[in-house]
Amino acid sequence: MVEMLDDTAGPPAGRSRGTGPSRKGVLAGFWAALPMLIAVIPFGLIFGAVAREAGLDVLETMAFTVIVVAGAAQLVALQMLDEHAPVIVAVLAGAAVNLRMAMYSAAIAPHWRGASTAFRVVGAYFLHDQSFGLTAQRHARDPDEPLADRLGFFLGVGTLTVSFWMGSSLVGAVLGARLPEGWGLGFAVPVCFLAIAAPMIRGAGHLAAAVTGVLVALAASGLPWNLGVMLAAVAGITAGVVVERRTGG
Amino acid sequence: MSDFAVWGMIIALGVLTYLIRFSFVGLLRGRELPPLVMSALRYVPTAILPALVAPMVVLDRAGGWGSARDMAAAAVVILAGAVTRSALWAIVAGFGSWHLLRLAGV
Repeated sequence: MVEMLDDTAGPPAGRSRGTGPSRKGVLAGFWAALPMLIAVIPFGLIFGAVAREAGLDVLETMAFTVIVVAGAAQLVALQMLDEHAPVIVAVLAGAAVNLRMAMYSAAIAPHWRGASTAFRVVGAYFLHDQSFGLTAQRHARDPDEPLADRLGFFLGVGTLTVSFWMGSSLVGAVLGARLPEGWGLGFAVPVCFLAIAAPMIRGAGHLAAAVTGVLVALAASGLPWNLGVMLAAVAGITAGVVVERRTGG
Repeated sequence: MSDFAVWGMIIALGVLTYLIRFSFVGLLRGRELPPLVMSALRYVPTAILPALVAPMVVLDRAGGWGSARDMAAAAVVILAGAVTRSALWAIVAGFGSWHLLRLAGV
């Protein structure tokens, strides 16, 4: 019943098969994702090194990277366990960081109308900041791209960035603390997070969300288990929604 | 930390994260949630990402001020990201300025 709702916009072939990715699209995705590796590789190295420093072995570090595939959340959860927060607090904090992916999922769903269930199951694994960002840009520029090429593009970006993310995590985990400090790897985490967020700050709502979040996070930084960040997120989101309603979007 | 804690965290966070990603593309198949929820989701990244890094950059572990180089380079990332609307240029500008400041002895 419910599936019929969005089938109206899909291909008449029906959902039972659905469309999969095209080879041409995958290659275009690889190409588009190449510059992203400048950010992905240092981030992976950092995660690997930080995880080892926190006491994980190489197997645990790689399981973390392969199962969760979300650098920011992994670092947050790790930092919390390191501060002896209960496991449930670390998990919830990491999941909160990943809530942004629900928004990506909602935004990308209309572009996947007519995609096969197999593609949805596999594609969801590769949904992260880079694959979403590049795909959203491409949809905006070329809304009429055939579905198979569009799905291929997503998968190309996703598989390339995720495999380099895993590879660089492995290198970071093996080399550990031997990575030279002069490379500025410690600064890679703030750079990546800010570089993802800054282009999204459009309009008063986003500005209010970011400024409120930062101020609350700084004021509450003394709280245990990074609870200040949770508080900051709630305050920032509330500020964004309130300002959006006041200014009419 | 114990092995149990580590593996419990990895698996729980992995399952939750996959469900978050699969939510709209798989479970809901593109159906929309109430406008208030969608609006709140829209502000998650801009609220949480800068809030996560602000204490790392502005404060040090003891609660004093952080490094001037980090703060200046972080400001460059935000500025470059806002102007170019590109995460890549923001990263290049941020790392570039961080290394320039390092060479300048800041």
